[in-house]
Amino acid sequence: MYDGGKIIVGLIVCLAFLLSPFIYNAGTTAKAPVPELTEKAKEAKECVESTTYMRAWHMQLLDQWRHEVVRDAKRTYRPSRKARDMRLDQQVIDQWRHAVSDGTRRYMPKSDKVFEKSLQNTCLDCHSNKSKFCDECHDYMGIDPYCWDCHIEPEEKK
Amino acid sequence: MGVNRREFLKIAGAASLFGLGGKTAIEILAPGKVEASMEALPLTGGERWAMVVDMHKMDDALMDKCIEACHREHNVPDLGNPKEEVKWLWKEDYHHSFPGQHHQYIGDHFKHTNFLLMCNHCTNPPCCRVCPTQATFQRKDGIVMMDMHRCIGCRFCMAACPFGARSFNWGDPYRVTRVEELKKLNPGFPTNREYPTRSKGVVEKCTFCTERLAKGLLPACVEVANKVEEGAMIFGDLADPESEVRQVLKETYTIRRKPELGTEPNLFFIV
Repeated sequence: MYDGGKIIVGLIVCLAFLLSPFIYNAGTTAKAPVPELTEKAKEAKECVESTTYMRAWHMQLLDQWRHEVVRDAKRTYRPSRKARDMRLDQQVIDQWRHAVSDGTRRYMPKSDKVFEKSLQNTCLDCHSNKSKFCDECHDYMGIDPYCWDCHIEPEEKK
Repeated sequence: MGVNRREFLKIAGAASLFGLGGKTAIEILAPGKVEASMEALPLTGGERWAMVVDMHKMDDALMDKCIEACHREHNVPDLGNPKEEVKWLWKEDYHHSFPGQHHQYIGDHFKHTNFLLMCNHCTNPPCCRVCPTQATFQRKDGIVMMDMHRCIGCRFCMAACPFGARSFNWGDPYRVTRVEELKKLNPGFPTNREYPTRSKGVVEKCTFCTERLAKGLLPACVEVANKVEEGAMIFGDLADPESEVRQVLKETYTIRRKPELGTEPNLFFIV
């Protein structure tokens, strides 16, 4: 090999340069954030739907809410009955996914509780710690929902 | 087997007669309720909302109060520049409000009287017809509503509206909290933390306070006006023959803006 030394050194330098971001960030992996609950949210024990459902499908729920409130003037939401008692295995989640994409949630029995469909006045009333409850996870996932361009964030104590 | 030509015509004739008779009968028994009763709207009980402004009881001070109440309720920023103005409720003189009903001999006091104007919530709204995304649409109760989530800011609706009732957000409304001279005009913006603001690039206008109607409250301007001068503004359901608006419209002579265009405005003025 002609100029073998130069080539090998060059290759090592090149590899070190390419791997530098990985070496630099090694061991500093950000842990997936866990949404923090406020006292009020803890006291309420359950959200409009079960935690598992909300974790997976809150965006679809909010999308459905905004459509129904603005376009159909249907401003109240009755959650599914005993959603928290249901065994939330993959099959249930698949059913939900189907029902949400279907636009219907007909198979779910409804409870007697009624909520106002409002991100600003219902969701953020309990989850008034938006920076910890919403933003941390959204930032971690690298998504930037435009809800807050218009909907007013709660004032948080620093 | 089968129906011959003669029998078919007989059946078709009878069916169409029955169909017409059915609708006419309903029209006589319950005027104005045919379309409305097809699909009842939950929460907001009205079927065709309308507003009457009694100009005998209105003055500039009261109009300003109504405008302030509305703009505070809906977080409408004051941008201090007519080119960027966002307005839900505004004042305009007779000459400009009713251009078709103007003549050269009209007295100055009348010509320059201000009228309180807002979206007319037309029965036949041209803005909804031109909207490419159905961001502006007519609700079952007649209210011409905006869906900010869908608005792409094309401003076709602004061009279509013959009343200038729509405003475009040329910038982020929150700039009133950042720019020094605008801060003074908008203390405490957003003033109502229960109602969203808008974002850059959407069109907005009066919604007849749909969020208040859902709670069983009158529109903000009507509430304020009637606190000062009872009966200055009347809000009600045109589909209900017993409603106050229907009674007032029956008893009193009222005018509407540009009725010749056929948009059927639902905002009436007693002059």
